[in-house]
Amino acid sequence: MLNAVKREIPEAVLAGRPVYQGKYARDGQRLHKAAPTITQAIKPKATKLYASLKAACEACGAHDGMTFSFHTEYRNGDKVAALAAKVLIEDLGLKDITVAATSLGDAQANFAQYIENGQITGVQTSGVRGVIGEAISAGKLKTPAVIRSHGGRPRAIAAGEVHIDIAFLAAASSDEFGNASGINGKNNCGSLGFAIDDAHYADHVIVVTDTLADFPNEPAAINAVDVDAVCVIDQVGDASKIATKEARMTQDPRELMMAQDVAKVIAASPDFKDGFSFQTGVGGPSLAVNRFLEQAMTARQIKMSFALGGTSKAICDLQDKGLVKYILDTQDFDQGAIAHFASEPRHLECSLDQYANPGNKGAFVNNLDFVVLSALEVDVDFNVNVVTGSDGVLRGAPGGHPDTAAGAKCCIIVTPLTRGRMPTVCDSVVTVTTPGDAVDVLVTDYGIAVNPARPDIIAQLDAAGIKHVTIEALRDKAYALVGAPDPLQWEDRVVAVVEGRDGSVVDVVRQVKPFTF
Amino acid sequence: MELKHEALAGTLESSDAQVTVRPAAELTLDIQSSVLNQYGRQIKAVAEATLARLGVTSGEVAIVDKGALDCTLKARIETAVYRSADLSAAGIAWGVLA
Repeated sequence: MLNAVKREIPEAVLAGRPVYQGKYARDGQRLHKAAPTITQAIKPKATKLYASLKAACEACGAHDGMTFSFHTEYRNGDKVAALAAKVLIEDLGLKDITVAATSLGDAQANFAQYIENGQITGVQTSGVRGVIGEAISAGKLKTPAVIRSHGGRPRAIAAGEVHIDIAFLAAASSDEFGNASGINGKNNCGSLGFAIDDAHYADHVIVVTDTLADFPNEPAAINAVDVDAVCVIDQVGDASKIATKEARMTQDPRELMMAQDVAKVIAASPDFKDGFSFQTGVGGPSLAVNRFLEQAMTARQIKMSFALGGTSKAICDLQDKGLVKYILDTQDFDQGAIAHFASEPRHLECSLDQYANPGNKGAFVNNLDFVVLSALEVDVDFNVNVVTGSDGVLRGAPGGHPDTAAGAKCCIIVTPLTRGRMPTVCDSVVTVTTPGDAVDVLVTDYGIAVNPARPDIIAQLDAAGIKHVTIEALRDKAYALVGAPDPLQWEDRVVAVVEGRDGSVVDVVRQVKPFTF
Repeated sequence: MELKHEALAGTLESSDAQVTVRPAAELTLDIQSSVLNQYGRQIKAVAEATLARLGVTSGEVAIVDKGALDCTLKARIETAVYRSADLSAAGIAWGVLA
């Protein structure tokens, strides 16, 4: 069945889900929320501490066919997810396991072997990189992986489409009853925004920490009322690997030029006024937007009401200068942001539900004025791919990309026109992760293009004297530089389903066919 | 043009290609590329056209491509061939390098 982004979705893949019909197609629909089945603790206990993770898993009824979840606030330094999978699969010998992750990367590399062995048979995630992506793209996973945005994940969990049997939640500190936090420990990750919804919806919650705090460990992100068991291990995560490199402001003149152009587009909008809201990422040009935005804010004497999403030190610095009232933080990208989260009272923790879930009564993304996002590819319909590489292999993360794009008044994609030989602007992206109806402006090093669906923005740029071209002109320029790419070759087998934030099917990823001349 | 001994041109840096040529009875072309799926055929076509233009009819040609543009590929192949034929210091037929 053809969906609104012109992708053919096989009926077998839909399994009761609708195809994508537009960014607000399911607005106003009723949603019944699923609740977990929990084990009551009426009689006071001396402790919830267990001597080992294996003992805690047994106490929580770990079984064949179960689904376990974890958060990835420790990013590349996470040690808990790999350990939890090892305990379930190797120590307890469980089979037919489904993983419900906020992301998957090198820190969970042991999953690839479990997938190949047929022990992990299901994967639901908001991102997938490295050997796990390669294993899934090679058709090694028994069932198609489901890829959801950061807002789509809590929606699916709340709707009961994903039922978590055990959530393994890494915490920087916890007391022995499970009041847990991302700070006050030996290895801090800052915000635990990715973990909070799992604590509410999982049948069983095991907090894993390396720093046992006195009771009560307040303020807590995870509350003891949701926690069955607490385990202490040597190290929950290596916080130094949260950002493989420190998120440093780029010196690359091409990236700075693009960042400056993004700031100009924002400054040309009537929504760039006192109390505006903003989100950006940590990619080179995205991060550098903060610097140029600061100049524009100072010049206009206006302040930001809130900055949203993943947080870097750059936005913390803006708050310290009095330019940002609140930071609503889902995850911290560097050490500076973690320290700032721990010390600044208006730098607040934000769960993924609050952040981006379309299945609630209004997430923060709905109040966002501007979001600046990167892309692997953008096509002439403004569809964005952030999940498959140019070889068709899964190696990316939608994260909050589709959610912020759909929620924000103005979504700006910033990307170089080519990366090496790969054209970033193309006829048709390999995989649609963010539909073009949610994307408003594209800023590249060879020019700016505005979605024709936004004549208001075109008029703003014209009034401000900011040059822009059609997106087809940018594609033509890219192809003139690097040549038009051949289409990828695929097997029939679907290895992953890209679910829209509203639960519809946006696209599918098929198994990659080995290249032949 | 006759390949006389093994010769190499180019690097493994991003957007470059490393080309190795050596004498052999048959003409063989081995292509590895970071953009093989989308540009493999185009790389092969550029390599074959360049070798034909230089009159290379036998030899092993190995290309390790890191996303080089066509002009870079062509230049690396030409340089490797001229080095192999001991013509890189003098005697380059500039006219055929259009």
